[in-house]
Amino acid sequence: MTHTHVELRSGAYADSVTLLQVSKQVAQTPGVDAAQVAMATELNLDTLATMGFDVPGTSPNDMVVALRLADGADLAIALAAVEQALADATRRPSDEGSTVAPPRTVGSALGRDGAATLALVSVPGEHAFVEAMDAVDAGRDVMVFSDNVPVEQEVALKQAAERAGVLVMGPDCGTALVDGLGLGFANAVRPGPVGIVAASGTGCQQLMTLLELAGVGVRAALGVGGRDLSSDVGGLSTRQALRLLDADPGTELVVVVSKPPAQEVADALVTFADDLSTPVRMALLGDGRPDLTAAAESVLAALGLPAPTWPRWDAPPSSGEVTGPLLRGLFVGGTLCDEAMLIAREQLGPIHSNIPLSPELAVDGTLDADGHVMVDFGDDTLTRGRAHPMIDPTLRDARLAEVAADPRVGVVLMDVVLGHGAEDDPAAGLAPAVRDAIATASADRRGLDVVVACVGTELDPQGLTRQAEALAAAGATVLASNAEATRLAVSLLPAAVTTGGAR
Amino acid sequence: MSPTSELLTSSPSVVAVGAGMFADAVDAQGVPTSRVDWQPPMDGTAADLATVAADPLRAEANARAVAAVLAVQADLVDVVPAGELLGLGPSDFLHAGPPITWERASGPMRGALMGAAILEGLVDDADAAEALFASGTGYTLDPCHHHDAVGPMAGVVSASMWMFVLEDAASGRRTYCSLNEGLGKVLRYGAYGPEVIEKLRWMSGVLGPVLQSAVRATGRVDVTGVLAQMLQMGDEAHNRNRAGTLMLLRDVVPAMVTSGHDASDVADVVRFVGGNDHFFLNLAMPACKLALDAARGIEGSTMVVAMARNGTDFGIQVAGTGDEWFTGPAQVADGLFLGSYGPGDANPDIGDSAITETAGIGGFAMATAPAIVRLVGGSVPDALATTRRMAEITLAENPRWSIPVLEFMGAPTGIDVSKVCRTGILPQINTGMAGAVAGTGQVGAGLVTPPASIFPAALAALASRTRGRA
Repeated sequence: MTHTHVELRSGAYADSVTLLQVSKQVAQTPGVDAAQVAMATELNLDTLATMGFDVPGTSPNDMVVALRLADGADLAIALAAVEQALADATRRPSDEGSTVAPPRTVGSALGRDGAATLALVSVPGEHAFVEAMDAVDAGRDVMVFSDNVPVEQEVALKQAAERAGVLVMGPDCGTALVDGLGLGFANAVRPGPVGIVAASGTGCQQLMTLLELAGVGVRAALGVGGRDLSSDVGGLSTRQALRLLDADPGTELVVVVSKPPAQEVADALVTFADDLSTPVRMALLGDGRPDLTAAAESVLAALGLPAPTWPRWDAPPSSGEVTGPLLRGLFVGGTLCDEAMLIAREQLGPIHSNIPLSPELAVDGTLDADGHVMVDFGDDTLTRGRAHPMIDPTLRDARLAEVAADPRVGVVLMDVVLGHGAEDDPAAGLAPAVRDAIATASADRRGLDVVVACVGTELDPQGLTRQAEALAAAGATVLASNAEATRLAVSLLPAAVTTGGAR
Repeated sequence: MSPTSELLTSSPSVVAVGAGMFADAVDAQGVPTSRVDWQPPMDGTAADLATVAADPLRAEANARAVAAVLAVQADLVDVVPAGELLGLGPSDFLHAGPPITWERASGPMRGALMGAAILEGLVDDADAAEALFASGTGYTLDPCHHHDAVGPMAGVVSASMWMFVLEDAASGRRTYCSLNEGLGKVLRYGAYGPEVIEKLRWMSGVLGPVLQSAVRATGRVDVTGVLAQMLQMGDEAHNRNRAGTLMLLRDVVPAMVTSGHDASDVADVVRFVGGNDHFFLNLAMPACKLALDAARGIEGSTMVVAMARNGTDFGIQVAGTGDEWFTGPAQVADGLFLGSYGPGDANPDIGDSAITETAGIGGFAMATAPAIVRLVGGSVPDALATTRRMAEITLAENPRWSIPVLEFMGAPTGIDVSKVCRTGILPQINTGMAGAVAGTGQVGAGLVTPPASIFPAALAALASRTRGRA
């Protein structure tokens, strides 16, 4: 039997929004067909009348509780629901949700954090420009780790930065050091007088580690992105970085390090650098140009310092004679791979590669060729869907096992890059892999020489000596200079190969 | 170059967006890092976002738009019949939202138009009104926004309705809005019964003239200033206008009393205004429009200058795209319902009142009116979070409209089309709900957002203009 209950509560008050919520909650109670809890205003009395409730004389300060029930026996339950709903509506909120949600854009983050000086952008490439522009708009420097940023966006970003007086490091920039802070893949080095402008990440790391080993510190290393010295970009960030370092009283000498740049861009850069008051040295890899170690030595000479003997950790004597005629280079650093190819081909002739010095030397998906081969495992095509080999060397370690089983191979050249961002203990994984590789060759009654260029410093979290000794104990010869490591690797091949040239 | 780079002059402090490992590495070196909670932008917007971000006009255009909006001072200067003010004849009607025809008009829009036709004596009853509008001739229909005006809910304005006149003294620009009828069965919610028409006649015959005398005698009433105060008194100036309404009375009642109008008429007016918590909404709205119109036509600016709904379409206009409307289907609000009404009874979102959110109050100032968040069963922390969230999609904070509970943070002002597309955060609007059937009136109140699609559409138009200029 339908039951209607109308009750007036004098002196009770809640605002209309609360009471709408209370009414909604009560109406959802089982057995309640309709419910309206409201202050007795004219509007609400009309609404109650529309709902079929007969309300006796009231004042607007009365609270009306009107219920229609399927069965009068449920009244106590319904009234309890009203009390509960009123109590719920006036509950003290918990502290949950009171923490402030994080910013959703770089612009918002910079707006909230007025002290921020630098934005780091590593979102997918197609979205990186928009986030980076927030920083430029806010007059902040920005470092873009993201790759696959369209080149026209890189140009637009760097032009805007030039207008704003800030620096864009990147895109596809992996290395920077500012005020002792390593960004991306960067080595721990002492503060000092040398400023580095780098269009190459591992090239920069080789330079800064060699300077550190020679006792010379770095003021700042500013990565500008691998394409900065291309014709399209024209060195926009390189010039901006040079301006900043030139204006910096702490910088006595600047080095520009790059993979082979566009010739006209390199020429224009030299002209630009000549007008600066701070001396600028160019360490631009290429045919007939000095390698990175030579560049480091020329910096030392400019500072009036002699070139040291670069550290080397020799392996225990090899168990077998090297007969395999071919060299295999397995790299994580693209510039280190470039440098090694430029040096090795002077003796060995053409080097096949996934980042070849000329197009006809490109290898296919097997990463193999009938000749000398050097592979950059950090190249975009090999990092799709996985971390950079400086963090996850699984692919390269697997490749080492394969080349060790190849009787054509006599010498393997590898790099290990230490520093911030790199894996915690590279030797822990690589040393056993080296031991296994040598054992594989030995079981086949062949000798296999493994040479490692270890780019790092004693200040790095991994420790240069600790890593080098572990690798040497496993049978690798370890050198701090990639150029020296390459020359050693070439010299370890059977004599006929280096004198006659390999095909 | 004006060297603003701090790379070599100060200790680094970092903002990081994207892969966490880069920020982790900075953290590990003991350098302060704040992290962005980045998510991919709305589908299909990446290229247009990049184009607009690269627009050399954008940054300065948005800075100019913000400055223009914040510089406007809205004063109530007069109350005048729409016919006299806007040159409307008895068969000319204005409505809320982007342009619409009778065929596509929703129930409440049709109901309000029918009521207005009866009010103007154009027809004798509802049937005749319906026939007139369905015939497609013998009347004109135009958005309020095309006549420097705004109207809440259906927003229907006809010649004999009186309107507030707001003016920015510095520029001389003016905006207009009708007088608020109160709640319940009212024209703006689509009701057109005899009691609705009777109230409108009283508003034209008594309320309008009394207010006109009072405003003219009082002199300029600082509406922007009242808004600043009411935001500190629990009003967000869209669904709560209680403090604002009483402050208006405080300002104009003395002149009303000495105006020479019949004392019982003055008493009726004071009782009507004081008993209608939403009366000030019709001043807040044109004040917001007056401010936002200052940013219209700034090439390159991505700021939204109007959000408006006609009960069928939700439309926005943007500073950098002229008078073009970007429209999508209006949504049904999520909220609480009066009496036995439920979601099935509600019409999709309607009214020009979202101009308040466009200017940074209403849903954007939710934190200052926590009671409103209960419309969707939320909590006080929700209200605080909403205002902070709106700051993610706006270009500036309004220093005059500050919110005490957020340490006097300014209301988040100037919706940026790009930021909406980047974050996927939609503007939050506080709104009333009209019954879907013409003649019903109000059925509830709640919270609503625009259809997401209109922001990528506006962005595409901005990107197209950018490319055209390049």
